[in-house]
Amino acid sequence: MSFASCDPRAAWLMRLGDTTLVLGHRMTEWLSRAPTLEEDIALANLGLDLIGQTRLFYTRACELEGGARDETDLAYRRAEPDYRNPLLVEQPNGNFADTMARHLIFAGFATPLYQRLAASCDAETAGIATRSARETTYHLRHAGEWMIRLGDGTDESHERAQAALDDLWPYVPELFEADDLDRAVAASGFGVDPSTLRDDFDAAVDDVLARARLAKPAEPRGQRGGKAGRHSEHLGHILAELQYLQRAYPDARW
Amino acid sequence: MTETATPLWEVFVRPRNGLAHRHVGSLHAHDAMMALQAARDVYTRRGETLSIWVVPSSAIVASDPAEKDMMFEPTATKIYRHPTFYDVPDDVGHM
Repeated sequence: MSFASCDPRAAWLMRLGDTTLVLGHRMTEWLSRAPTLEEDIALANLGLDLIGQTRLFYTRACELEGGARDETDLAYRRAEPDYRNPLLVEQPNGNFADTMARHLIFAGFATPLYQRLAASCDAETAGIATRSARETTYHLRHAGEWMIRLGDGTDESHERAQAALDDLWPYVPELFEADDLDRAVAASGFGVDPSTLRDDFDAAVDDVLARARLAKPAEPRGQRGGKAGRHSEHLGHILAELQYLQRAYPDARW
Repeated sequence: MTETATPLWEVFVRPRNGLAHRHVGSLHAHDAMMALQAARDVYTRRGETLSIWVVPSSAIVASDPAEKDMMFEPTATKIYRHPTFYDVPDDVGHM
């Protein structure tokens, strides 16, 4: 079985699916551990939205590459280098402020991405993007409102929210760096060049940070590699848990 | 962040079928906006909602359960207040 897709449209959709699968899995790690019952359910909802998006992206990618693989193959039968998610989404949950900061950055990136992708020349992809944009618009609001309350809350919550932003900001540049694949799918009218999304991201995030009394971290050169299959040590641990059942009992059914 | 310091809110949702807002439960949240978001996440997960109200529980004035005899018992014997003694014209249909 070949793991990389030779169809650029499929390869690009797999990136989106890898991104939402890894972050969706991270959100499920909060189950039963969130600060309140209400937030436990909210975090599970966010995770379920992302896993639902993953299934749609993977399924469409498999159709476009000819149907030899399905969503299960992509989620459970690939190794770290085959995953092409940006490094941001595999970073650990940390404390609640870390998770909300990570989610603010993700939703600030994904929402304009999906909104533009809703104009894809592929009607199926456009439809997936339209419904996904509605979901991440809410994610942006939820993470944003929490960041405002943490940043503008107590001294400790402010300190932790600022530390979370400072720790995660090195993973921001990778989100907006276009590579050959991004440019190819954008040129064909199928996909979106992420470098065109930065203004929308800044507008959304700057508004939240101002209301949260949080400082926008200086733009570092940043950490990158996930989109090329070079990951931090965290992804292997995520996949070990995510893929355990499939690896131990291939094609198990109940 | 302790539950005791977090205000309680009552949640009302209006379902798609056009009925009035109905009380569905309560939740804890720090302020009105977070209460609205929590209500959305906790009580509207199955897609049948058009509108949510959240109300601080402390704003609700409730009758005293100890006074239920005075408040409600007298109506039990006044069956003539039920509109069951009238013939409903056929044109009215279901009431």
